[in-house]
Amino acid sequence: MAKITMTVNGRQVSGVCDDRTLLVHFIRENLGLTGTHVGCDTSQCGACVVHMDGQSVKSCSILAAQAAGSSITTIEGLAQNGELHPVQAAFKAHHGLQCGFCTPGMVMTALDMIRRHGSDLDEATVRAELEGNICRCTGYHNIVKAILAAAHEMGGVRQAAE
Amino acid sequence: MYQTNYHRASSVQEAVQMMGAATEGKYLSGGMTLIPTMRQRLAAPSDLIDLRHIAEMKGIAVNGRSVRIGAATTHEEVATSAELRTVCPALCGLAGHIGDPAVRHMGTIGGSIANNDPAADYPAAMLALDAVIVTDRREIKAGDFFTGLFETALEDGEIITAVRFDAPAKAAYQKFANPASRYAMAGVFVAKRDNGDVRVAVTGAGSSGVFRHPDLEAALSANWSPDAVANVTVDGSDMLSDLHASAAYRANLVKVMTKRAVSAT
Repeated sequence: MAKITMTVNGRQVSGVCDDRTLLVHFIRENLGLTGTHVGCDTSQCGACVVHMDGQSVKSCSILAAQAAGSSITTIEGLAQNGELHPVQAAFKAHHGLQCGFCTPGMVMTALDMIRRHGSDLDEATVRAELEGNICRCTGYHNIVKAILAAAHEMGGVRQAAE
Repeated sequence: MYQTNYHRASSVQEAVQMMGAATEGKYLSGGMTLIPTMRQRLAAPSDLIDLRHIAEMKGIAVNGRSVRIGAATTHEEVATSAELRTVCPALCGLAGHIGDPAVRHMGTIGGSIANNDPAADYPAAMLALDAVIVTDRREIKAGDFFTGLFETALEDGEIITAVRFDAPAKAAYQKFANPASRYAMAGVFVAKRDNGDVRVAVTGAGSSGVFRHPDLEAALSANWSPDAVANVTVDGSDMLSDLHASAAYRANLVKVMTKRAVSAT
């Protein structure tokens, strides 16, 4: 058994779990944050994407013990004061989801993409970088639209602040 | 997943000690292959020794044309290294097309090389770049390192700490990705030195893993152009054959990827 301490959505948390426990199960079962999903058993679907120390990772392919000491952001950590994060708002506005199962992973992947590419993000890059996130409803088109809109809006906000 | 014991090493020396104390230990780098393999119960190490927090195994150093990449450097760090891009952009491009962004944030060059998956990208680069694999106890030339499917020259408990190579004058990597898994069905790394030496290394296609192709090398060292390989015969008898592609199809892909790679330089 391992005693794991990490920062999740800005709050320091601790829990006891097996050394073999995956990060996604620690997040869902120990911390009760069930927004992060388990969609496949093969690391391909991306429903479990969270950010670890600011980078997107697949929490089903990492042990909780590997993540000890790190700073994790899950989908629950994005909205502030009841206001949707711009990426979440863009998914809503552009109908970037249907059943919603893949959406937490999509949003976390989108945010990571925008962090790395800023408002320079183009459609080809978005489509290429969605490689590790599978959606079986939307056909991706509105997801791509939502990510581009969010990148544009967040880039605009950043410029306005400078 | 079967039970295992997790250990985090803070130095190479400590990692070796931890491995010595384990019954059936395995080193864990990014874990992008090992953790899914354990999850499928296809591997069951008694102990995992995490190498991801060893500072001396991280980072990229470029000194003139000479490159050293720490084994715990992630694919993302290789893909986005401005320093490396100035001397060997082909390796940055290769790293940027491994897996997906989330995988590239965790997976490491050392882990990929140590695993030696027959469809992994890095082994082709190491062989074509005539790289040296540096371990905690010796240096191994890439040509002696990759010994078969998932087999390397690494001894029990030996850790890859870095790779180093001199950047060639020209290099490029092209792969034909499986449409589902995105692993290479054939990936070809070509490299040309100022002295005229050419290396062509192939991944994804060989039934014993990564290999060099002497006839393609000879043709390209005589004439560095895509047309030069037109009359080279690529034999399919030692190629992988599966539901995705027959050996003959892969043999043809090797030639096509070689042409594309040379065109890209």
